Amino acid sequence: MKIHATHRRGTFTLEVAIDVPRPGVVALFGRSGCGKTTLANIVAGLLRPDTADIEVDGVTLENTRARQHVPAERRRVGYVFQDARLFPHFSVLGNLRYGERRAPASDRRITLDQVVELLGLQSLLQRRSRELSGGERQRVALGRALLSQPRLLLLDEPLASLDAARRDEVLPYLERLRDELVIPIIYVSHQFDEVLRLATHAVLMDRGRVVTQGAVEQVSLHPQLRAIVGTEAVGSVLSGSIIAADPHSGLASVQVGKGTLNVTLRDARPGAAVRVQVLARDVILAIVAPQGISVRNILPGHIVAIAEDDADAYLVHVDIGGNVVLARVTRAALHALALRIDMPIFVLVKAVSIRGHAFLAPRSRE
Amino acid sequence: MSAAELDALQLSLFVAFRSVLFGLPLAIVVAWLLARRHVAGRIFLDTFVHLPLVLPPVLVGYLLLLLLGTRGPIGGWLYRSFGVQLIFTSTGAALATAVMTFPLMVRAIRLSLEGVDPGLEDAARTLGAGAWDRFCTITLPLMSPGILAGVVTAFAAGLGEFGAVITFVSNIPGETRTLPLALYTALQTPGGDVLAARLAMISLSLGIAGLIAAELIARRMRGLLGRQSR
Repeated sequence: MKIHATHRRGTFTLEVAIDVPRPGVVALFGRSGCGKTTLANIVAGLLRPDTADIEVDGVTLENTRARQHVPAERRRVGYVFQDARLFPHFSVLGNLRYGERRAPASDRRITLDQVVELLGLQSLLQRRSRELSGGERQRVALGRALLSQPRLLLLDEPLASLDAARRDEVLPYLERLRDELVIPIIYVSHQFDEVLRLATHAVLMDRGRVVTQGAVEQVSLHPQLRAIVGTEAVGSVLSGSIIAADPHSGLASVQVGKGTLNVTLRDARPGAAVRVQVLARDVILAIVAPQGISVRNILPGHIVAIAEDDADAYLVHVDIGGNVVLARVTRAALHALALRIDMPIFVLVKAVSIRGHAFLAPRSRE
Repeated sequence: MSAAELDALQLSLFVAFRSVLFGLPLAIVVAWLLARRHVAGRIFLDTFVHLPLVLPPVLVGYLLLLLLGTRGPIGGWLYRSFGVQLIFTSTGAALATAVMTFPLMVRAIRLSLEGVDPGLEDAARTLGAGAWDRFCTITLPLMSPGILAGVVTAFAAGLGEFGAVITFVSNIPGETRTLPLALYTALQTPGGDVLAARLAMISLSLGIAGLIAAELIARRMRGLLGRQSR
């Protein structure tokens, strides 16, 4: 997938170059107003950019230099809008059928039954959109987009207009979508926990430009992330696989690089790939391994970087065997422990403060 | 009802019906241009469309006479080429009525079109619907309450059009003498008071029935379109 585009409007300039070799779920992440939705509209063909070179799944959708432009109605980019945009004069079924009917017959891989089952829409089919909750609306919008047999699914903050309970209702469906269908997804969001849970590739955007892009684990270490997610949410994202799970204690051991993390994780299955987030403010550093302490994770590592985080604190990057954990420590602690680069150190993290997300390995697209 | 009354009633309904039929397609196009296209000269189009609202109807009738009379530039050509004559005919009456009620129709349709969320059309577009497809399956159904309101208003106003009709096509019994013209004639005739009162009652009942029908249909439409009926 290749998305190169520039677009000027007034004082705002969008200038991005996104290349994803193997698209699974690509998150466009950034504050509101950073150009995410503009970019999404350009990809969908609803907005004509000044210059662009957009290629999805080997098909050129827009190439201004070669004067190629596929109109939106022939792009087959399934777009799920923040406000769902269901057609009020059709039933749920009518909405679902709208895109399906207009997709070329030879490309009908996703069936109505499949979508109804995947998104749990059976009981909603005869209803009107005004009779649906916000979460149900988004599920129908997802189904409608899927049935248009898209070559790319574009989700523009599909959870932003929902409250926490509704978000939790829709998120599992998005995870199923990612894991069960072989369609590249662009997921626009300003919530890092959604990115953490869904994305395979993250693009961090700020003021119309790409700050950094890559695996979510890499992007989680980027210094500019803090400005977007806030100090409290800064933390490294680590991927690993579950090596042991104890249903009684609810603790699972996760192999992360050469280290092992103990994490509270429900429904953990040994062998499953998992992604966890260790927040920098939850990490304690120790020069000697402490004893008689409730902390379940005491990992040996060495300091690879020390960066000033703000006036009060530093972010210490500790390599724990192939992966980096961030620790937010005060200036005073930094001096008291005389922390410096290459110094061996122990990383302490409570099992309960690690957020774990069961995560199937991203499917490769052949 | 006497034959003359029945004639006038039938003629009025026929003229109003045909005026709506003539005006509607063009009104939709003009409303769409005004609401959705930011073309140059929009203000002139807007002004031109609304002229009949502010001009004396007699003047509109006179202008039509100048343009479409058998010696007018358009009317003359129509007469010579196709033998079509508009003056002194019920078709001409319908045309004059259409011109007079056109702004009412455009206003109602434009208002409803402005209420259709273009985001829904974008959504239809990403689902594979081309421009005409989108218009027919999304825009048109969603603006139908406004179209209906425009049609009913134009029809009701058309039943009562007087000045432009009498100026353009005169007052010919059975051809151009619609209800208001018949009413006027009765009032001008000595001893015509009874007929005038009866015609007035017919007009009044027609108006009330029309308004009630319009409201009932509008409610039903809102329900069908998935909006809360107010």
